[in-house]
Amino acid sequence: MEYLSIVFQEVYKILFLLVPVLVSVAMIVWLDRRVWAFVQKRQGPNVVGPFGLLQSLADALKYIFKEIIIPSSSNKVIFILAPIVTMTLALIAWAVIPFSATQVLADINVGILYLFAVSSLGVYGIIMGGWASNSKYPFLGAIRSAAQMVSYEVSIGVIIINVLLCVGSLNLNDIVIAQQNMWFVIPLFPMFVIFFISALAETNRPPFDLPEAEAELVAGYQTEYSGMMYAMFWLGEYANILLMCAMGAILFLGGWMSPIDVYPFTLVPGAIWLILKILLLFILFALVKAIVPRYRYDQLMRLGWKVFLPLSLIWVVLTASYLFYFNLLPVN
Amino acid sequence: MIAHAIFFYTFSIIAVVSAIMVTASKNTVHSVFFLILDFISISCLFIMIGAEFLGMIMLIVYVGAVAVLFLFVVMMLNVAQQKNQWFSGQQSSRHIPVGLIISTLIFFEIIIVIGGWKYKPEIFDINNSVSQASISNTHSLGQILYTDYIHVFQISGMILLVAMVGAIVLTFRQRLGVKRQSYIKQISRERAEGVEVLEVQSNKGVKLDD
Repeated sequence: MEYLSIVFQEVYKILFLLVPVLVSVAMIVWLDRRVWAFVQKRQGPNVVGPFGLLQSLADALKYIFKEIIIPSSSNKVIFILAPIVTMTLALIAWAVIPFSATQVLADINVGILYLFAVSSLGVYGIIMGGWASNSKYPFLGAIRSAAQMVSYEVSIGVIIINVLLCVGSLNLNDIVIAQQNMWFVIPLFPMFVIFFISALAETNRPPFDLPEAEAELVAGYQTEYSGMMYAMFWLGEYANILLMCAMGAILFLGGWMSPIDVYPFTLVPGAIWLILKILLLFILFALVKAIVPRYRYDQLMRLGWKVFLPLSLIWVVLTASYLFYFNLLPVN
Repeated sequence: MIAHAIFFYTFSIIAVVSAIMVTASKNTVHSVFFLILDFISISCLFIMIGAEFLGMIMLIVYVGAVAVLFLFVVMMLNVAQQKNQWFSGQQSSRHIPVGLIISTLIFFEIIIVIGGWKYKPEIFDINNSVSQASISNTHSLGQILYTDYIHVFQISGMILLVAMVGAIVLTFRQRLGVKRQSYIKQISRERAEGVEVLEVQSNKGVKLDD
């Protein structure tokens, strides 16, 4: 009986977290298209509901009523598993995101490693989908994305080490609290820029959307998918983007902390600050999509391995030496 | 405790079954997927005994990077050759003795380690490394790894570096006649060196040197 009540409590908490995340994923798709349209002097989706706010809902309804087509020569189990894996991995990562000092589903010691591990597992959804489709374009897209995500994870990992050197803890709440006096975006600004660009590559956003480059690969790993399975890929992708924005907000922009530690600002709950920071980062993501042309594949690899990795490694040495020389290392 | 036991047996059954399926499944790509499932359930077991750092590192390193490269290589193989002839073909039976010898060796190694652990606990200096409740898993690991075992740690890093350099040397080849893109050259190009105005006489072509 005791177990049951614990389980019910946890399920309630999980629903309280997941439903807003899913709704905001739908809203964020609308925001993405609107920002993209405004940069190009178009209107964007503005018909369904006020300002077109319900556009994503209409799209979702359309996807639900479409037929799911499973190619006869595909590997059926893995074909069906792929969107499920993408979606699940995109959602379970939200368990450790702190919305305030106490509002966090699982306040684990190795929160940042968990986030990193889950985001590095995200590549499996794409590989599975691409391989199980048993078709040339999805397969090429899957191979490209595997190489791309593995490469950019390396630089994201090194950037996380930079932040951890300044914090001395792997707990996400400790990382946020360590930024009380100064957000890490100020001392580690170059790392923030590299993190932002790596996050674009990690989530397959333009200008690094080579796995689904429609000019070359039709739609990459999603080519054979239809109906709700396609929509799940698409939801998982946007949930991953939101997650990367949340990670950037926690690592560099002070998480749930208010920008100024003055009276009227501290009244606003931490969750609102975190959401505002995520939105700021997301609008930057959307602007990049509208402004920058797509990279060529060899340029992408060159950027990841020959520019970002050495730069972030050098910055690790610099940060460590600075902290050591001025005796600022966080020791407990 | 019941919930703990249920989770433990679930994860270990999944681990053992998927480890068997790695060798038994007919399709090579399926084998790699079972290997990934095995890694994930083992990291769940690590987390269950309180070694959360090891569990997460296992996920990041093995599942996030090594298995992706594995899958990458296996998918590139010809799909027609992926029919795994387990205990059936003439060719594969030659490898069975080698596999048996290696697995017996590993089995005895594990027996020696666990037996020593059980019957001669004083050999293993556990008292030094026992984790206090106040210090987190990650901290205690770092305090041992970077103090007492720093030389072993650095030597293992050097071995990895040597292996990496070796792999690069083996696969590196200088290709001739490849046009490389040089960003500095492209950006620093001026109009004066890029455009040339020629006086072309009629009925005589122009020879461009390139």
